[in-house]
Amino acid sequence: MFDSTKTAELRKWQSAWQEKTEAGVSKSPERKKTFTTLSEIPLQRIYSPADIENLDYEKDLSFPGEYPFTRGVQPTMYRGRFWTMRQYAGFADAEESNRRYKYLLEQGQTGLSVAFDLPTQIGYDSDHSLAQGEVGKVGVAIDSLLDMEILFNGIPLDKVSTSMTINAPAAILLAMYIGVAEKQGISSKDLNGTIQNDILKEYTSRGTYIFPPQPSLRIITNIFEYCAKEVPKWNTISISGYHIREAGSTAVQEVAFTLANGLAYVEAAQKAGLDVDRIGPRLSFFFNAHLDFLEEVAKYRAARRLWARLMKERFGAKDPRTMTLRFHTQTAGCSLTAQQPKNNIVRVAFQAMSAVLGGTQSLHTNSMDEALALPSEEAVQIALRTQQLIAYETGVTDIVDPLAGSFYIEHLTTTIEEKAMDYIRQIDNLGGAAAAIEKGFIQREIQESAFRYQKAVETGNRMVVGINKFQTQEPPPSGLLKVDPAIQNQQIQKIIHLKQSRDNTKVLSCLARLKKNAEGQDNLMPPILEAVRAYATLGEICDTLRSVFGEYKAVSFL
Amino acid sequence: MSTERKIRVLAAKPGLDGHDRGIKIICHALRDAGMEVIYTGLRQTPEQIAATAVQEDVDVIALSVLSGAHDYLFPRVMELIKGKGLKDVLVIGGGIIPEEDIPALKAAGISEIFGPGTYTSDIVNYIQENARKA
Repeated sequence: MFDSTKTAELRKWQSAWQEKTEAGVSKSPERKKTFTTLSEIPLQRIYSPADIENLDYEKDLSFPGEYPFTRGVQPTMYRGRFWTMRQYAGFADAEESNRRYKYLLEQGQTGLSVAFDLPTQIGYDSDHSLAQGEVGKVGVAIDSLLDMEILFNGIPLDKVSTSMTINAPAAILLAMYIGVAEKQGISSKDLNGTIQNDILKEYTSRGTYIFPPQPSLRIITNIFEYCAKEVPKWNTISISGYHIREAGSTAVQEVAFTLANGLAYVEAAQKAGLDVDRIGPRLSFFFNAHLDFLEEVAKYRAARRLWARLMKERFGAKDPRTMTLRFHTQTAGCSLTAQQPKNNIVRVAFQAMSAVLGGTQSLHTNSMDEALALPSEEAVQIALRTQQLIAYETGVTDIVDPLAGSFYIEHLTTTIEEKAMDYIRQIDNLGGAAAAIEKGFIQREIQESAFRYQKAVETGNRMVVGINKFQTQEPPPSGLLKVDPAIQNQQIQKIIHLKQSRDNTKVLSCLARLKKNAEGQDNLMPPILEAVRAYATLGEICDTLRSVFGEYKAVSFL
Repeated sequence: MSTERKIRVLAAKPGLDGHDRGIKIICHALRDAGMEVIYTGLRQTPEQIAATAVQEDVDVIALSVLSGAHDYLFPRVMELIKGKGLKDVLVIGGGIIPEEDIPALKAAGISEIFGPGTYTSDIVNYIQENARKA
């Protein structure tokens, strides 16, 4: 981007300045001997054109909406439309969560994001012995289509977009969503939304797996294939770095492991005979917004560029939509402190701003009380207002990719891309993401980073306000949300009543057909949809699949 | 201390919660402090945890739950280990646990609850001071 003679002169000038400054530093030292980003990338004191002399505007940056999409996936970005403001919510039962969704929509939220409880995420009905104590706790309990009908009661599904954080049983919850739409008289072709459906990161970072990797990948490709035809506007997967980061990874690892998982899904689809440009445009991503503001901005830009290059060069993608990395962002839950919780409002605001400057397509801002409990209504409102303040008041949304051309941002974008690509090559050599997970490579890398971070905090190398600096005595927090333990019994009663009132012969024949498909090669979506329509429960459908596919046995790599 | 048997700790994740960053960091820190650590992995039933505690003859059980199910799971583990006659085992817990829930957990026999922001060194010290004295 810069004239090479001038850059060479500049480099000399820069080293002279560097020497002069070092002399000064020996008299009055800087705060630390070495500086790094939050992800341990070493930092220079300043950056100049000499540090990005190999950057080629046309090849490496280009314009928003154009390959390699470093500057954004879309030419007008937030001048056209703001990101989708989408707060992850759900707790207790369907009635309670339906009320929260309507509240959020009234407050100006523009998309829904459903949190399911753990039994639902792991394919157990509320009456299962392993569900004890967990029903309705981290999300809403869904046992059958009946609950889903209540969850979206009075919310027209052709008017909202809905993201569902569901992985192992994603096919079943998507089928239930289609089932609710049918009852509302809405065609599946008009549905907008996302299922997370990203099983690989469950094995390394999030823990809600059911089946082993191979049958899980088969279910995922079945969903890709079915949706390409029947639910064409649906994002069939949200390949998630969020939880990898929450588990303790660095920013570079977040990009690397997420994109490596993405490559594994594309390969699985190709093996199943699906063309990359048929499924590629519906792949979406999900990243974390952590504390190191500028590193995060660079991270999103690096991820976009690297994915575009991988899709084009590795898979020969031709459709630009296949190459665009569209992503949702959530601010870092692990960065919030239980101490002085109001400080979290400020942390979240900076994190959200980094996601916006990095070009996110949708955003969840965490509530200040999330290190203590599920968010209260007041805390959620402040979190949503934070996004609205950024959108309507700060002015950063009026130009596209405003930090481009910063010597530091461009240098860091390239560094993150290169370091992530180094990891992807290592994972390739191990046989791809699924094999790297089986060998424990990804788990160990994440754990080591998490431990180093904890040590850095405990030794005072990394400051956390309210934890190892500026502590105060404070009264215990009040007004926290508490889920009524009676929910579990109510759900169990609902299941008993459902099993008495539905056509059980039909349910059995639906489950038998599902089993037959699972044993063979046919797509699993049609028989799942049939079973859901007949009010088979989530647990019954998952048990049928468990009987064929078996269950994943986790190995800990400590 | 050198002739004495190392402190044996069972680190366990009861219930369906998948958040294991904290417990794994704690396992690492306890090992660095010279303890023997057995980690159960995710999704353990209280029955499995109690059985492992007996089988491994542990001095300490460290439970971690971030899903809000601690109010059921922690007392259930206590009930089972008492039933097995494990009276001198020190049981500690951690996770996202609201302060108002702590008295009931302590009444059930959990010795201490460690919340977000806890230093691993505090847990190490607590175990070294209290294990085998319960």
